[in-house]
Amino acid sequence: MNVAKRTFDAVIVGAGGAGLRAALQLSESGLKTAVLTKVFPTRSHTVAAQGGVAASLGNSTEDNWHWHMYDTVKGSDWLGDQDAIEFMCRKANEVVVELEHYGMPFDRTDNGKIYQRPFGGHSQNYGQSPVSRSCAAADRTGHAMLHALYQRNVRANTQFFVEWMALDLIRDADGNVLGVTAMELETGEVSIFHAKATIFATGGAGRIFHSSTNAFINTGDGLGMAARAGVPLEDMEFWQFHPTGVFGAGVLITEGVRGEGGILRNGSGERFMERYAPNLKDLASRDVVSRAMTTEINEGRGCGPDKDHVLLDITHLSPETIMKRLPGIREIAIQFAGVDPIKAPIPVVPTAHYQMGGIPTNYKGQVVAPKDGNPNAPVSGFYAAGECACASVHGANRLGTNSLLDLLVFGKSAGETVVEDYKRGALELKPLPADAADASLARLARLEGQTGGESVHEVGLEMRRTMQKHAGVFRFDNLLKEGVTRILEVAERAKRTEIKDKSKVWNTARMEALELDNLIEVAKATIVSAEARKESRGAHVRDDAPDTAEFPNGRNDNEWLKHTLWYRDGNRLEYKPVTMKPLSQEVEPIALAKRTY
Amino acid sequence: MSIDRGRVRWQCRRALLELDLVFARFLERDFDRLTEGQLADLEDLLRCEDHDLWAMVNGSKPCSDDRWKEMIGLLGQP
Repeated sequence: MNVAKRTFDAVIVGAGGAGLRAALQLSESGLKTAVLTKVFPTRSHTVAAQGGVAASLGNSTEDNWHWHMYDTVKGSDWLGDQDAIEFMCRKANEVVVELEHYGMPFDRTDNGKIYQRPFGGHSQNYGQSPVSRSCAAADRTGHAMLHALYQRNVRANTQFFVEWMALDLIRDADGNVLGVTAMELETGEVSIFHAKATIFATGGAGRIFHSSTNAFINTGDGLGMAARAGVPLEDMEFWQFHPTGVFGAGVLITEGVRGEGGILRNGSGERFMERYAPNLKDLASRDVVSRAMTTEINEGRGCGPDKDHVLLDITHLSPETIMKRLPGIREIAIQFAGVDPIKAPIPVVPTAHYQMGGIPTNYKGQVVAPKDGNPNAPVSGFYAAGECACASVHGANRLGTNSLLDLLVFGKSAGETVVEDYKRGALELKPLPADAADASLARLARLEGQTGGESVHEVGLEMRRTMQKHAGVFRFDNLLKEGVTRILEVAERAKRTEIKDKSKVWNTARMEALELDNLIEVAKATIVSAEARKESRGAHVRDDAPDTAEFPNGRNDNEWLKHTLWYRDGNRLEYKPVTMKPLSQEVEPIALAKRTY
Repeated sequence: MSIDRGRVRWQCRRALLELDLVFARFLERDFDRLTEGQLADLEDLLRCEDHDLWAMVNGSKPCSDDRWKEMIGLLGQP
């Protein structure tokens, strides 16, 4: 089959915050840059980010990057790489002020500076008191950021390929990355995007879980492509969950509902939080509430025919209070749970929200993998940024407002690295192997010719349910072990999916089958990595690794202060050290300590 | 020229989960029965920003164009 070829200096996959920030760096430096995106850029999932972007501007309270760095290392439960964290916190002010100059409508103080508000986990003076570090544009920070970056890219002549899906990474025999294959949805045609540099900014893969706050587009396409091309995935056992997502839908019910007096109840109507947190009860911290909910469900005290959720009850509040204080929540409950919370409780479960792991990179945005004894050898021609990448700044747990910062800093950094390499002549257009598109064409031909296969929906549902039950917010050794076996079975089934609609153009069914190919790689990486890590750390909490004097919070630094690397080939794991040494001499390493707030 | 239903169906993929869920229900229940005229209205509506679209669907913001009212009504039906 003849496959069209397009040639660029750089190709970027994904047009959310990280992809657009990287593209801007390249286009403004004069590089011929293509951005591939499944959906229109301003419909990327960055739009959903509300909280803000962290920067130690000190506009509202005294602040500096040292404190921000400390908070981030502590938040990561010491799994974050301190060189990358120093880099991110030091760059924060620069990237936020740049964004302001691009026209981002930040909220303002009376004297015209960027207004900053407090956010959980961010502190002054190494944990002493809350700090105002979050810069926001009302509750639409992600949306405003994406618009500012998109407009700037249009001005800089970035070439967008909208409604194109990247299929596979192209590597030569030496492992150099040479671009991607991609399919135009309008025609169904496959093309090769041949480039000197390839940047992945494809976002997270929250759709591996049955209950997820992520939009449907978050299918981990970059992670699937990287894994199929032999690049390992780092720290995939670490996923951030929110305790109260609407059961079966995933839409978040804010903590404010419990603040207004909402009560969590199990299948027999018991207010179970009284047993787990006698003082704070339903207002205990997110992880405590999530763990209690999971224990109730796992021990058979859940609600509904399958006893697979609990109830959030606000029926004792007056209708006036609900209408006045929680109008958005009432609408969400009616729309997505089919209940009016004035009359009946809302079914809820802990819900996946953010992926800390991803494609391993260094602080320059270069993708790195072990080679010849170097655990962090750059993969020539390959870069990544944003939620799909693992720099690693979030380690085992991300702080709120650090995700928007991550995509700005590392989107820019990946772009800068490419530009520097380009200018010193280190980037070249290496020849494409003759079989560059074969893997993608074979996948499409398999789908085309499959008979007697299973539906994408059924296999996907089985994957999401298995991940939710076996690798959810609170983890058990026997469930993880059984889950690994089950996910490998689902992965076999995913190889035989069949689509009834074989049309070439705008074939949504084919898209979903290709997305499942990517999701299943992420699911395998997550559950295999989680089963192997026998400690609790950050968001990875195991029932058999409790808080003891020897292992505070269940964390075992002697054995597990290391990054997981999962390889698709052989479903095998390796580990690499955490970088405890900061980038500069200006700061001492943040020493290991118990993570308490 | 007639509107490509497949393209409009794909453009119902949005940035917010709330809208994805609303559109999933709509695609299952209503989409195949839409007339060409309704499809054109939907295509026009899909150009809205996601936060505005969700606000119109959940009723926190009035529908800002009469042309969209019928589609907003269908999308908001539980």
